[in-house]
Amino acid sequence: MWQNLLDWIEYRIPMMRVAKMHAMEYPAPKNMNFWYVFGFLATIVLVNQIVTGIWLTMSFEPSAERAFASVEYIMREVDYGYIIRYMHSTGASAFFIVVYLHMFRGMIYGSYQKPRELLWLFGMFIYLALMAEAFMGYVLPWGQMSYWGAQVIVSLFGAIPVIGEDLTVWIQGDYVISGATLNRFFALHVIALPLVIVILVFLHIVALHEVGSNNPDGVEVKRKKGSLKEEEKTKFKMHEYYTNKYDIIDDVVPFFPHIVLKDLVAFCVFLLAFCYVLFFKPEMGGYFLEAPNFEIANPLKTPAHIFPVWYFTPFYAILKAVPDKLFGVIAMFAAIIMLALLPWIDRGKVKSWRYRSGIHKYNLIVFAIVFIFLGYLGGTPQEPWKVTASQICTFLYFAFFGLLWLYSKNEKTKPLPERIG
Amino acid sequence: MKKLVVLFGLLVPSLVLAAGGGDVHLDKAHIDRTDKASLQTGAKLFMNYCLGCHQTQYQRYQRTFEDIGVPLDLGQENLQITGDKVGDYMKSAIPKESAAKWFGAPPPDLTLVARVRGADWLYTYLRSFYADPSRPFGVNNKVFPEVGMPHVLQELQGVPYDQHEERMIDGQMQSVYVGIKADGTGMLSPEEYDKAVLDLVNYLVYLGEPARLEAESIGRWVIVFILVLFVFVYLLKKDYWRDVH
Repeated sequence: MWQNLLDWIEYRIPMMRVAKMHAMEYPAPKNMNFWYVFGFLATIVLVNQIVTGIWLTMSFEPSAERAFASVEYIMREVDYGYIIRYMHSTGASAFFIVVYLHMFRGMIYGSYQKPRELLWLFGMFIYLALMAEAFMGYVLPWGQMSYWGAQVIVSLFGAIPVIGEDLTVWIQGDYVISGATLNRFFALHVIALPLVIVILVFLHIVALHEVGSNNPDGVEVKRKKGSLKEEEKTKFKMHEYYTNKYDIIDDVVPFFPHIVLKDLVAFCVFLLAFCYVLFFKPEMGGYFLEAPNFEIANPLKTPAHIFPVWYFTPFYAILKAVPDKLFGVIAMFAAIIMLALLPWIDRGKVKSWRYRSGIHKYNLIVFAIVFIFLGYLGGTPQEPWKVTASQICTFLYFAFFGLLWLYSKNEKTKPLPERIG
Repeated sequence: MKKLVVLFGLLVPSLVLAAGGGDVHLDKAHIDRTDKASLQTGAKLFMNYCLGCHQTQYQRYQRTFEDIGVPLDLGQENLQITGDKVGDYMKSAIPKESAAKWFGAPPPDLTLVARVRGADWLYTYLRSFYADPSRPFGVNNKVFPEVGMPHVLQELQGVPYDQHEERMIDGQMQSVYVGIKADGTGMLSPEEYDKAVLDLVNYLVYLGEPARLEAESIGRWVIVFILVLFVFVYLLKKDYWRDVH
């Protein structure tokens, strides 16, 4: 009976075939370590954001008059509304935590290198869409930081010569940030951008499964057809889609159950941290929910300090490090574009930092520290020494890419192992 | 297992931000959200002294009474000063426009003030009014200079004066602010006044996030569940990966 139903469906749509190809019999390198769980976690958080978002939309009212009050209505009067709201607000920050770690994983193991350039680009587009999504979502509760944060970010477009002023008005739908802005940001936040993100994630996964997962050794597990002896091939059953085209080396495990179970272990650890914040520290010391945002937006009262939320602060610090507004904006976007160009800036042939030069490891670690320190600089009140510090860090941020381009051409690397040890 | 600890560490960003409170030292408010008597005293003080001007328009009387353990009829009789239904939102008694005229700015809504300012700030602020004849209401505040609000708790505290002491700083005698002292005309002793303010702050903290205690009691079970789930998932994973070397 059950089998008949499955057959009936399978005859009409390739349900099991796709599931087997992408979620079960997909060959994954057996040495993928904990750095490799963040893609899975990001997918989980995306689902969390969509589901809790739908429920929030049921009670949220996107107008300047009612937005703030309706959030408090959710917090106080909707059954377990506060849990749904905190899941969504904690999820926003969690999304960026896992995405930043996911990106750094790609950097240390060279996952952007050939043939994964397009995969990396799709990832960067997801990151961009995610930033737009998070920014617009942050405006919706219509608190003081929502309002003034939006003011600062939207005014950046005003720095563009000639069309800047008109562009700002066009984005805002008004001469100032107002209810009209809130309304359109709501539309973009709940429909347009989630749709874009889901499609990009789909493309990201399709591209990943086409080229295969990288691993901490950077050794390809898919070899040319006919290049491996029978005993060197994997004993696990992998989907024909992969085995027809390639010989798969005996260093892989199937996605289900091996990788799924591994990801589930990571998921439990993640969930522990997530739920601890959600139930006990939803403001996360003012990082996830900023104190001024518990006050309703007031166009006549500028807060003492305006910062974007923590996940934007590294780029905000770069913006502020440059004295000229237009060049600041250019520097900020360049900082993101440099990341997107990594596959072409890095001219190395060896992927993983395990087999690359000491200077590469050093460069990556300095980059990570500089990025975090920029985040600190952009997220704390301005002081004279911080301007100089931001400028030095901005220089170091870009120096990472310049140095990488220079030394990667003739880099001294260690010999790659033939197999994954 | 070591990797999992590292992973956990990565997922909990360290907290480095100290609560910014300007340059005034803030006293620690040792509040207890589970202390119903304290919340009830705080609610009573709030309804009598604050709600006249400040709204707490995002919450209903009924929710408040239920949460702090006041029977609805008793609450309606003794604590409800505006609206006639127990399900009404807690709005202030004066119209916003007149309030703006009287105080220069409309008194802010206080539903979420504890989440904006923090308990310590409120606790210190309400104990930092001092007589200052140059101000319209004859009082100023050490935490909120030039504050537009009168010292509504003066009948409890008495007239407060700021105390200064001559101290030697960098080889010069300077007058240093050392605290507030009431003149003793208030209904409460200094200790009683501090306790009353603490109760009031406790109530405001409750009001900022009425679901906090419920969230924590649910949260404990969720954490326990995840820990149990973790053990099973971890063992299952180990079992499946036994033969992979």
